[in-house]
Amino acid sequence: MNETWIALKELGENRMAAVGIVIIVFLVFVAFFAPFFSPHDPLEQNLEKRLLASNGEYPFGTDELGRCIFSRVMYGTRISLEIGVVVVGITALIGTILGVISGYYGGIVDEIIMRAVDVVLAFPGIILALVIAGLLGPGLFNVILALAVTHWPAYTRLVRGMTLSVKEKEFVEAARALRASNFYIMRRHILPNCINPVIVLATLGIAHTIIFAAALSFLGLGIQPPTPEWGSMLKAGIPYLRTAPFLTFFPGIMIMITVLAFNFLGDGLRDTLDPRAKEMIMMKK
Amino acid sequence: MLKYILKRLLLVFVVVLGVTVVTFSAMHLAPGDPAEMIAVARYGEDLTQEEIEWVRATEGLDAPVYIQYLGWLEHVLRLDLGKSLITYEDVLGEILTRIPATLVLAISSLILSLLIALPAGIISAIRKNTIVDNACMTGALLGVSMPNFWLGLLLIWLFALSLGLLPSFGYGSIKHLILPTITLGPSMSAITTRPTRSSMLDVLNQDYIVTAKAKGLDERTILLKHALKNAMLPVITFVGLQLGFLLGGAVIVETIFAWPGIGRLLVDSIYARDFALIQGCVLFIAVIFALANLAVDVLYAYLDPRIRYEKK
Repeated sequence: MNETWIALKELGENRMAAVGIVIIVFLVFVAFFAPFFSPHDPLEQNLEKRLLASNGEYPFGTDELGRCIFSRVMYGTRISLEIGVVVVGITALIGTILGVISGYYGGIVDEIIMRAVDVVLAFPGIILALVIAGLLGPGLFNVILALAVTHWPAYTRLVRGMTLSVKEKEFVEAARALRASNFYIMRRHILPNCINPVIVLATLGIAHTIIFAAALSFLGLGIQPPTPEWGSMLKAGIPYLRTAPFLTFFPGIMIMITVLAFNFLGDGLRDTLDPRAKEMIMMKK
Repeated sequence: MLKYILKRLLLVFVVVLGVTVVTFSAMHLAPGDPAEMIAVARYGEDLTQEEIEWVRATEGLDAPVYIQYLGWLEHVLRLDLGKSLITYEDVLGEILTRIPATLVLAISSLILSLLIALPAGIISAIRKNTIVDNACMTGALLGVSMPNFWLGLLLIWLFALSLGLLPSFGYGSIKHLILPTITLGPSMSAITTRPTRSSMLDVLNQDYIVTAKAKGLDERTILLKHALKNAMLPVITFVGLQLGFLLGGAVIVETIFAWPGIGRLLVDSIYARDFALIQGCVLFIAVIFALANLAVDVLYAYLDPRIRYEKK
């Protein structure tokens, strides 16, 4: 517990990470309370008030169907965070388990898992996600599936490498001498030693996932209108780029801020949790 | 070395095979009847059941999935990627005509990204923990966080629609190349800046640099003659990684700027659900990506004598 506290304190002292946390907390707040604070229903159309610039009633203006952009951007926080957290949650879990198994048992199991990793990594991630989402058809579930398929190998590769080095340590040997089961060793001795880098990777992974999901929707292969989603809002704004550029400004800014916040936090976590980086700082002092 | 390359080539083969299996399965897990979708794409909505069945029979869609896959694979081994299901164009021919556009965009973006990343990374390393360093690293984070589809739209809005300086889409002249390059290049440079910096830092801490300093060589000579060469070696591997980013980015940038490259061909074929064309593009991109990564590794081994001797 004390250790966690020290890590949190260090994280708070890291300026970038602190900024990241503040923004993320704010975004989560927006996502939760969108129904209470949004001035309009995000789906409510008002064709008489199409493409209005920012004004008192509509802080960010209205879109091509007269919907409130401010409210839509607020609701958009929900779906982006949801996709980011769900995809990273699933893939970090599966990827980590496969990585531990692969590294611990080695042999044919390792060979099969690592070749599967090679197959997925042999392909630029966004393109594989694009093909899968495109073929399966649009929708939230297919977006999550497509992103999950492309995202897990990063964890497997990382955790496998760490498992390989941890399993040679004396405490693992000692546990084995005490006839601890393989499952117990993996759970109690190997996993806790891999968890920090996984947390760093997962935080950066949320940033990646949110950008990829928005890209899929932007190409029309992800979340479909009228659902308020930043990527599909950008796509809808293209025909009005000349006359009403604010249609594309706000969703884009939101994507960027969100992704930046997770990147800031991930970077800060790397500095705090990565013992090698910490040692270097201590040597400097 | 030759043995190493052959082993890697075998792996490339296995991996590419795996990629095609994944896309082939996705195609057949896709909702809807492929025969009907192809028929609709070709002949419009008004269809009888017989017409759909006819498409199914002529395209071999009535065979079990693995038979279809093996049939396709057999043709691929004879360098025949089949014909587009909708336009009847030869898939390989179609892909080959799209290569130059993607290649031009890729090379110009790569050059721009290196022109930004290398100086930024080197300067950050030399002026470690100063304002310059922090600015470069924050800039790199901004670059990674900027969605390139949004950057593309902003550039079109500013330079094409508002200022009227550059064309907003199309292909052909240098002017057409500028906006797509600026969309893709800087965000790519964001990926290379950090490794360049840490590689340079590593080298600057080596004993031989300290020796050179002790000899009283001026900083310029130390950096240019002693540090830079060694620091650039690991960066080469990141250029290989960038290639994946480049291909992925090309899909989006080519779509925004109506750039007639492979990325746009892939997206269009997904929209049209032209399975033959999708499968062809996927195969082609996988092979290119795998071979390019192999080339980068071989080049790295060739340039770094330490690795060359180990491999022997």
